[in-house]
Amino acid sequence: MAILEGRYGPNVVITSIDKIFNWSRSRSIWPLTFGLACCAIEMMATNASRFDLDRFGIFPRPTPRQADCLLVSGTLTAKMAERVIRLYEQMAEPKYVISMGSCANSGGPYWQYGYHVVKGIDLVIPVDVYIPGCPPRPEALIDGYLRLREKIMKETIARKDS
Amino acid sequence: MTQSEIFAYLQTSFPDAGLVLDETQPEPLIVVPREQLLDVARLLNADEQLHFECLMCLTSIDMGEELHAVYNLYSMKHDHKCTLRCRVNREDPVIPSVSSVWATADWHEREAYDLMGITFEGHPDPRRILLPDDWEGHPLRKDYQPQKEWHGIPLEAVQPEDLEKKRENG
Ligand code: SF4
Repeated sequence: MAILEGRYGPNVVITSIDKIFNWSRSRSIWPLTFGLACCAIEMMATNASRFDLDRFGIFPRPTPRQADCLLVSGTLTAKMAERVIRLYEQMAEPKYVISMGSCANSGGPYWQYGYHVVKGIDLVIPVDVYIPGCPPRPEALIDGYLRLREKIMKETIARKDS
Repeated sequence: MTQSEIFAYLQTSFPDAGLVLDETQPEPLIVVPREQLLDVARLLNADEQLHFECLMCLTSIDMGEELHAVYNLYSMKHDHKCTLRCRVNREDPVIPSVSSVWATADWHEREAYDLMGITFEGHPDPRRILLPDDWEGHPLRKDYQPQKEWHGIPLEAVQPEDLEKKRENG
């Protein structure tokens, strides 16, 4: 990050608004955990002490109002798809979606004969990061979060003239 | 008591009921006509010698022409087990409910109704239990045709060649 530090005496740092916004957003991704099946177990393991997502500023929230990122981990059934859409719509902008595991990506083992499974959550909500695996290991989930970080770092708050 | 002793005991109480002991299965089972099912269940539960106070499981099977409901019973008092099977035609899948005898049967019968479409007569709350109330069909039946969508949510399999299209729409 381009920062001018120490140029104007102590405690003064010069950078751009975009950088400081993106830096703070990407370093405090609060996911709304949406554990749906076996992948949720890995998601819980990643949040727990061994992998300790807290060190990345990632801290699971139980309510969509406080969340930045919707982490869908597991098999999305038709009945649950209505809820996932509702929760996604309740989240405040800017919001991101991580699709964790084969089930959330494409239906996984149920992609052909699962009569009740949505064949990928991207059929119902937009997705930013896909994490492959059945289930993905905690390292893969961490990698997914870091990818999302990279994506957030490229954003800008500037708007085009309309 | 073993399964055949239980069967012999039941035969003395219901000589004309048409009970059959089927020993061709890995675990012998007693086939009960649906007309007698409730009476047999009441006796199995209430009789001191049998004392089946626990319905461990109630499942349903699609056998083609027939639908079967299977009852796995266990007596904690005497430590013996027994399996009942009730066979109905798939055109007329009605079986009396045993939820008045074993409360466990309440949710299990709702599940069998939900997934196999067996109607349990006299059930206190005959709704679907897992699938949404407005779902069509009973998915564990062998001739089930999956829904293409439900409330606007697509449920069809996305073939690999359609992936590009799916990404564009998503
Ligand atoms: S992708 Fe695999 S591990 Fe994850 S929810 Fe689906 S079946 Fe379970």
